[in-house]
Amino acid sequence: MKFAIQVNSSPYHCNAGHTAYLFIKAALVQNHDIFRVFFYHDGIYHAFKHSTPPDDEQQLTTLWSKLAQQYQVDLVVCISAAQRRGLLHADEANRQGKLDNDLAAGFRISGLGQLVEATLVTDRLIVFG
Amino acid sequence: MNKRYLFVLRKAAHSGLYAQEMLDIILTTAAFDQAVSILLLDDSVFQLKKYQYSEKHDMKDIAAIFSALEIYDVKNIYAENESLQERGLSADDLCLPIQLIVRRDTPELMQQFDVIFSG
Repeated sequence: MKFAIQVNSSPYHCNAGHTAYLFIKAALVQNHDIFRVFFYHDGIYHAFKHSTPPDDEQQLTTLWSKLAQQYQVDLVVCISAAQRRGLLHADEANRQGKLDNDLAAGFRISGLGQLVEATLVTDRLIVFG
Repeated sequence: MNKRYLFVLRKAAHSGLYAQEMLDIILTTAAFDQAVSILLLDDSVFQLKKYQYSEKHDMKDIAAIFSALEIYDVKNIYAENESLQERGLSADDLCLPIQLIVRRDTPELMQQFDVIFSG
């Protein structure tokens, strides 16, 4: 089955993001197709490159980056939700006359159209958080 | 490609930026020429309440964004009767015409759609 996933909660607000991560891994292991993961609302906090939890804690952003690398999962962060919350990709920061590059490896920034497109071409949309 | 979308809203107008960001998804989906319907449950019935005066508190007028939905051909707005009643509201307190639906009929309504967003 082909899935579109939406993640709406931040890593430390609740477990929804981690549950999404576990769901995606389980689905991939069973040969399902994860067409796209779309990070929206406070879900964009998963994509902050500089998030630096203590070593003995879960490294959720790193887990997502590894997932993208291992399975070529398309991790998309909503640009408007991200900018509001201070997450800027280098290109966008340049355009705004700011100096910043916050996006962790494996994520890309794009618009809400990517979410709608994902719901159009998949069998199921699953919203976490 | 076309699908039928239902957006099930649950939160009040100013629950952080949640309601406004949900409306952004609704507007984008409508801009993709998809059939969009909205179901207001629980506190989300407050999103359409008349006389919010949100500008006085430096907030965006959520009800005004709803009014813009008609331009995008979003005309099917359902509100759950019980959610209104439990909050002392009726359809007359809302700034747009809505279709009332009773709680026991909401599962059947949801079955008519291909994609359901929860928000």
